[in-house]
Amino acid sequence: MLRTLLSGDLPRSRMLSATLLVVFIGLALAPFVVSGARSLNVAATICVFVVLVASYDLLLGYTGVVSFAHTMFYGIGAYGVGLALTGMGPSWTAIAVGTVGALLVSLVLALVIGLFSLRVRAIFYAMITLAVASAFAVLASQLSDFTGGEDGLTFKVPELLQPSFHLLEATIMGRAIDGKLITYYLLFFSALGLFLFMLRIVNSPFGRVLQAIRENDFRAEALGYRTVIYRTLANCLSALIATLAGVLMALWLRYVGPKTMLSFEIMTDILLIVVIGGMGTIYGALIGSALFILAQNYLQVLMGQTSAALSGVPFLANLFHPDRWLLWLGVLFVLSVYFFPTGIVGKLRAGTLAKVDRRP
Amino acid sequence: MSNEARSGEVPVLSTHGLTIRFGGHVAVNNVSCEFRPGTLTAIVGPNGAGKTTYFNLMSGQLPPSSGTVRLYGEDITHLGAPQRTKRGIGRAFQLTNLFPNLTVLENVRLTVQSRAGMGLNMVSMWASHIELIEKAEHFLHLVALTERRHENAAALSHGDKRKLEIAILLALEPDIFMFDEPTAGMSVDEVPVVLDLIQHIKAMGDKTILLVEHKMDVVRSLADRIVVLHNGYLVADGDPTEVMNSPIVQEAYLGAGVADHV
Ligand SMILES: Nc1ncnc2c1ncn2[C@@H]1O[C@H](COP(=O)(O)OP(=O)(O)OP(=O)(O)O)[C@@H](O)[C@H]1O
Ligand SMILES: [Mg+2]
Repeated sequence: MLRTLLSGDLPRSRMLSATLLVVFIGLALAPFVVSGARSLNVAATICVFVVLVASYDLLLGYTGVVSFAHTMFYGIGAYGVGLALTGMGPSWTAIAVGTVGALLVSLVLALVIGLFSLRVRAIFYAMITLAVASAFAVLASQLSDFTGGEDGLTFKVPELLQPSFHLLEATIMGRAIDGKLITYYLLFFSALGLFLFMLRIVNSPFGRVLQAIRENDFRAEALGYRTVIYRTLANCLSALIATLAGVLMALWLRYVGPKTMLSFEIMTDILLIVVIGGMGTIYGALIGSALFILAQNYLQVLMGQTSAALSGVPFLANLFHPDRWLLWLGVLFVLSVYFFPTGIVGKLRAGTLAKVDRRP
Repeated sequence: MSNEARSGEVPVLSTHGLTIRFGGHVAVNNVSCEFRPGTLTAIVGPNGAGKTTYFNLMSGQLPPSSGTVRLYGEDITHLGAPQRTKRGIGRAFQLTNLFPNLTVLENVRLTVQSRAGMGLNMVSMWASHIELIEKAEHFLHLVALTERRHENAAALSHGDKRKLEIAILLALEPDIFMFDEPTAGMSVDEVPVVLDLIQHIKAMGDKTILLVEHKMDVVRSLADRIVVLHNGYLVADGDPTEVMNSPIVQEAYLGAGVADHV
């Protein structure tokens, strides 16, 4: 059962299984174990990023394609529901229309970018995606009548998902069953489903071809695989899943804006998380996202406390000043790449690598 | 592909005025040749004669500057390598060209999977297709690589990489087998395994085999016909003993002292 759910791709390391379990249970029970809107926001962001990063790993880690357009697809999903909910009012129909519309736009864009440029050398492909994504981000902030420009759009979601909505009078474990909780679980289960879906894709016959293309595309062609088709399909799948991640994020924030949905910073975050977690593992997206988002949100707090504790020591106190958190995140990143070049998952699995392709 | 076409009336594979230029250099120059089933044709010639390039043109790795390639009489010049593979042209490479970080078994399993037309299946687990794995293991057994099947291809010795290359070609189950110096760089005791395999394919009777080989004793023992390339030109074509004794070959090829090339 579990084997089928995980598509036969078991963690294959006790430490990795334990880590995955901790993150999974943490996310599953987040509304009941953490208090405060901020913590739940962190958990929800992790859920969305797991999907976003894993879908990027499908492209980078499995197929060996470097794309800078991933946030664009994420943004399309977010703006899709944002615009639909703004224009049509807070209804489930609006969400459906926005989602389907966004998926179609993403599909067309991914197909066009793919068919026109996946034949060219990898570096050109990366450049083309960068150009298209930048153009899209500029467009989104320029069309301010439509998209709200730099300020973005704030909109209402259907009643069931509104924070003021209460499903039950009672509370469970001291937690009100409100719209926020329902939205969280909508995100959680969607993310879980998409994660398992991606795990299946990479462990399907199709997924194995993607890895073959990453290894040696010339030979994959000689075996009879038309690499353009496989790359384009991977590109489309990855784009569609990123779009869904955007939809989820917009529903959670009830807001879309260029800075939160389209900025290049998100793209670099995705890249960092894939590398930290471990390229070509899918599981890396889960561990990497959890670690990275937690660090992004709590490193500052932690440093503030350290700095206060060290207030007598002038140089150290200054070094740990909360404003330096980005520097420390950078240091952590460099260290993790240095010590775990194959990512956290790669490192945890290293001892059992020899068994990778052993038949069940 | 009618039975008549397969019977040998129409050549399985043929090239017509096939030419490719790299800048000013003409690597294959106006080569016309036909290959029939049940025949092993050795293609010989000194280093840089254009043998590998000629193979690349036939199996679709390179587009020609001019000329055509025909399969059962049908022009396939416009088709890429994957389509030609699907139509039965199987190619093994001179410089081993594997998936280095995938296991030996996976290298062959991917080939079997392509042959089974399963590449686009996204819903099932690769590991649940036991039949593909077993078939891949069968081909590994044929080249005596069973013991190494769980190692990465990159970890194999040169000789074993060559054997894996052959296992992949066998797994394609093609009508046309193209071997590009299959025994080059192999140790003496590994060579017989490969020669036996080629003999075995020949014994099937209906396969078209093209073999680029420098070792003259190998050519002598296997070839039904020899084609000689020199500076991109086809300079001799015919019965092995005749071709070997012809003055042009004595001068252009055997005289060049490459018979012991590895
Ligand atoms: N892609 C290429 N670009 C430029 N020149 C090439 C290319 N491929 C082959 N050549 C040239 O074409 C000529 C023929 O090369 P080819 O590899 O076909 O020779 P060969 O007969 O297979 O030799 P060998 O016995 O050494 O394998 C050589 O001069 C080579 O340098
Ligand atoms: Mg050659």
